[in-house]
Amino acid sequence: MKNVRKQKRANKSLPFFFKDEFKVSFIIIFISTILLITTFSFDIVPPILNRGIQPATFPKGLLVLIISLTLIVYYLSFKKPWKIEKKLPKTFYLTLTSFLLFVLISKTLDFFLAISVLSIFVSYYWGERRIFHLLLVSIIFPIIVFVFFETILGLRFPPGIITNIYYQV
Amino acid sequence: MDNLLLMMAPLFSSKLLLVLFFGTLFGLILGVLPGLGPTTGGALILPFTMTLDPLSAIVLLTSIYCAGTYGGAITAILINTPGTPAAAATCLDGYPLAQKGEAGRALGMATVSSTVGGIFSVIILVFFAPLLAKLAYEFGQPEYFALAIFGLTMLASIGDGSPIKNLIAGAFGILISTIGKDFMTSIDRFTYGINELSEGIGFIPVVVGLFAISEMLTQSTLLDQVFKRVALKAVKLPSLKDYKLTWKTILRSSGIGSFIGVLPAEGGTVASLIGYSEAKRFSKNPEEFGKGSIEGIAGAEAANNAATGGAMVPTLALGIPGSATTAVILTGLIIHGVRPGPDLFREQPEFLYGIFGAMLIANILFFIFGFFGAKIFARITLVPNKILWPMIFAVSVCGTYSLSQSIIDVWIMLLFGVIGFFMRRYGFSVVPVIIGLILGELVEGTLRQSLVIFDGNWLMFLTRPIALTFFILSLIALAFPLLRSKKRKKIL
Repeated sequence: MKNVRKQKRANKSLPFFFKDEFKVSFIIIFISTILLITTFSFDIVPPILNRGIQPATFPKGLLVLIISLTLIVYYLSFKKPWKIEKKLPKTFYLTLTSFLLFVLISKTLDFFLAISVLSIFVSYYWGERRIFHLLLVSIIFPIIVFVFFETILGLRFPPGIITNIYYQV
Repeated sequence: MDNLLLMMAPLFSSKLLLVLFFGTLFGLILGVLPGLGPTTGGALILPFTMTLDPLSAIVLLTSIYCAGTYGGAITAILINTPGTPAAAATCLDGYPLAQKGEAGRALGMATVSSTVGGIFSVIILVFFAPLLAKLAYEFGQPEYFALAIFGLTMLASIGDGSPIKNLIAGAFGILISTIGKDFMTSIDRFTYGINELSEGIGFIPVVVGLFAISEMLTQSTLLDQVFKRVALKAVKLPSLKDYKLTWKTILRSSGIGSFIGVLPAEGGTVASLIGYSEAKRFSKNPEEFGKGSIEGIAGAEAANNAATGGAMVPTLALGIPGSATTAVILTGLIIHGVRPGPDLFREQPEFLYGIFGAMLIANILFFIFGFFGAKIFARITLVPNKILWPMIFAVSVCGTYSLSQSIIDVWIMLLFGVIGFFMRRYGFSVVPVIIGLILGELVEGTLRQSLVIFDGNWLMFLTRPIALTFFILSLIALAFPLLRSKKRKKIL
């Protein structure tokens, strides 16, 4: 409880644009506004085909609602500031990087390879150093999952350097 | 009598019994592992259900739901970390009692009260769901719109978070449902020329992303966390003295849990908190709460398991999910070609009674598993995260890919994983997003059809008594979180 109070006090002393409540509200409103502008480019249905309202009306209403509610959340944060979250550790950023790596490898090289690389990368940076365990998560388990999905569900995985070899065998 | 026989149908099919057995076992494992749980587990298992017939698939999902809700108590009592959010209130007294060397007694009470709560709620489900379905025959498009709005306003009171943040998350979920071709006019919305988005965003990538992948990111920030595990010798059945002390609490919490479960969008988490606080209010020894009160455990556990049957009532009778996990079950029903609602009760009663029976048996099965196997299940928590989460990632990726065989779905899953992480970090619950996504099409579709009926006159909604009742209930639902937070401050 004391820590929360301390964090709240610390949060109060920050300039407004550094505060989480401002950053989060700004991002939500900024994205919602862009999406709201996009809705004006949706096609308009002629009155004879129109079912109740235009296709853009409903998302427009939702976006206005999101923006309004976010403004209320931001206003309420003046009275009750959010607690400051702990700084994110290095392992978080490494895990996030591994997702990007996954997207890159699955798009350019191979889906299976992408899973393996992510698994070994995450497991290693989360502290696993034993070779067998690293092999288990990066090769043995993905193979089991792959074979299971392929045989039981009849799934065809996207082509890639390793997957092609598997399908040729 | 015929209905009872229909309910017992799963017992007469070896295949269904096997599905129930594995569903309960898998549900327990998911419930025990902090960060997973029946919602994520259900979403991960959905692709596998495609190889099963509809009844087996739903039996699998419901048994995971029942057992997973109970499984959370094992971790709550032994390591002071709720395996599922619904077990959060169980920590308050379960762990202190375990620290006093009475882990077996605490788990015994959790097991018995969960089973009683679960069975009580199935009875409620059997009697109440057909009645609600009959009532739903009176519903037209405006009534369904008002009902969906009521379901969405109930999102405000989910969990401990800010009601307004929950509403923002719910609106975000509905917004996601508008991506793709407009289902009435085929006009593209938010597709930005990407063909894959024309079909809209699937439910599974969003659920797996928001629950499993965001949890993986959360776990990456908690690597230095050390759990203190209390040793467990064996689970003990409650003594006669414990039964005398708690039977009223168990029955009261079962009723509360079933009622809260029936309310759209509410679920075990809210039920267990209210069950716990009511147990404290009625207790002769309220000062023991928070220090290892057996009544506290009974109150929370009976309520959260009673919410399972309750939450299935609106899911099956109206097609409105009663909780996040029932949203997954609802998706399971839809992808297997079963449309929940009043017609289901008229056309496929044997299917529904099969589900009721399966839930009943799942409650008995998890009692047996919990009683004899809690010690083994508790050991599952020893699997290190550095091994567990890469494996969950592999299953998440393959499961998400398998539904439409689209790599875009996998990327959407990752994107929602990151969104979910930041939402949770800043106090936005991810559950409203899921329920908003499920209800989005219903809300928009019924609104537009109602406006066609009303010739564009919005005020006509107020001339329909059932719709008006739901709108009034929606206003009450919006006010409820304020009243509840005041009451909780007083009690806890």
